[in-house]
Amino acid sequence: MSTPDHTNSRSDPRWVRITLVTAALGVVGVLIVIPLVDVFVEAFGRGFGAYWRTLTADEDTLAAIRLTMTVAPIAVVTNLIFGIAAAWAISRFRFPGRTLLTALIDLPFSVSPVVAGLIFVLIFGLQGYLGPWLRAHDWRIIFATPGLVLATTFVTFPFVARELIPVMEAIGADEEIAAVSLGASGWQLFRRVTLPNIKWGLVYGLILCNARAMGEFGAVYVVSGHITGRTDTMPLRVEKLFQEYNTPGAFAVASLLASLALVTLAVKTALEWKTRRDLAEAARLRSEGEEP
Amino acid sequence: MNDVNRRVLPGFRLSLGYTLAYLGVLVLVPLVACFLKAATLPFDRFWAAVSTDRAVAAYELTVGASLVSAAINVVVGLLVAWVLVRYEFPMKRVVDSLVDLPFALPTAVAGLVYSSLYVQSGWLGRFLVPLGIQAAYSRLAIVLVLVFVGFPFVVRTLEPVLERIDADVEEAAACLGASRLQTVTRVIFPSLYPALVTGFALSFARALGEYGSVVFVSGNMPFKTEIAPVLIVARLEEFAYAEATAIAVVLLVISFAVLVVVNLLERWSKRVYA
Repeated sequence: MSTPDHTNSRSDPRWVRITLVTAALGVVGVLIVIPLVDVFVEAFGRGFGAYWRTLTADEDTLAAIRLTMTVAPIAVVTNLIFGIAAAWAISRFRFPGRTLLTALIDLPFSVSPVVAGLIFVLIFGLQGYLGPWLRAHDWRIIFATPGLVLATTFVTFPFVARELIPVMEAIGADEEIAAVSLGASGWQLFRRVTLPNIKWGLVYGLILCNARAMGEFGAVYVVSGHITGRTDTMPLRVEKLFQEYNTPGAFAVASLLASLALVTLAVKTALEWKTRRDLAEAARLRSEGEEP
Repeated sequence: MNDVNRRVLPGFRLSLGYTLAYLGVLVLVPLVACFLKAATLPFDRFWAAVSTDRAVAAYELTVGASLVSAAINVVVGLLVAWVLVRYEFPMKRVVDSLVDLPFALPTAVAGLVYSSLYVQSGWLGRFLVPLGIQAAYSRLAIVLVLVFVGFPFVVRTLEPVLERIDADVEEAAACLGASRLQTVTRVIFPSLYPALVTGFALSFARALGEYGSVVFVSGNMPFKTEIAPVLIVARLEEFAYAEATAIAVVLLVISFAVLVVVNLLERWSKRVYA
């Protein structure tokens, strides 16, 4: 008498499966889904017209959106260039200290955002190491846009590099060595061989970097000085509206940031599915090649 | 192949030079400056700044809340990872990608919405507050939001390990007469320990430095719900830069220690379970 339980010893009884799935859905529901839905319900609760007015009638909110759209792209692009350079050096060459360098790139992830902001205040702030000199030249970094860019770049520093290094190591250097031996210049090599190979990994790193850059709070909170309309980014605007008991305003800005998170997740998921399909396809081709 | 690469492929000096310069200017010099600034304080003043009752209460709360939230994440993360890897259910792919939401959602949004959910008029607060559970502006609120922030770490470290467990091992255990419960607790769980420890440590490390979400939900009362990063900001706003830096150094040392432990654990588990 063989029961289904014995034919597949890896499956659990039905009641166990149902209980565990329900519990897991409960956890994801309470922790993630309810908060996500709540952001949009609070934002759109009084109709789309009210939502639109809340967003567009407030000059300071518009200024915050413009500032985030300025700061985040600068941080993302500088980290993109760094990420490509670092991945090239680390994945294509062997040199002393290579492991240490790889570890140091991840360092900003283990620094509290508040401390990340503080270190730039210590250097560029009025009482900082370069403070008097900056003041003599009438340059402002802290409590101004350059400070926001610096702090944002610091916290998003590892994203592109740590995404690209494993991708480039997996691809290997064979195609590149072939291209060079056929006479490709450095730029041709990068544009025609390396870039097409790493483009999806690059996009993956970019969207994660961008999500963090637009959403960063702690580090920019410390360097911004909270000058309404001047140095408030979108997350800082959310906090200020919340402190002023302007809950609809806070949720309206928050809903924009939550939409950004959803777009990020959608792109990320699509890229992961694509990678999995490509890997399966490559495995299939390989096994077909071995058969004859 | 490596010597060949350096002779054949271009850009070694340029890419490495740029990497080192950028890393140095943006990350290393500022971090060293922070330690130097703290070192300019005479030791007794440094000690006085980092050992006030308020600061000690803040470290205890930061570390304690991070430990509790990481422990909760191990339990719920194991549950969610297990269900995602082993069972089929409707909307599984959506649930799988939603797990990453805490990575993508700005912490300020998480803080804002958690603070509104658990007050008496909020969606969850209306059920919890009558039961006497105050999950807004309390230590419980801090733990809850830290669980949210660290949630993906355990799930994402466990999933690949669960996928790699051989069916043979489980079938062998079943053939030898183990009950399903024995198979799970004696055969499957032990192979998950390294991943559980890594997930715990990553989630703990993330929680230690968290600021954006906690500042919304905690109420930030000194001695009660004030975490260390909030105390640093409070000192900065009093223009007490030296004190703020001293506390920041303590926080940095704790984070770096956790980082080293994580790396050692990973190396150890690779050696033992490879």
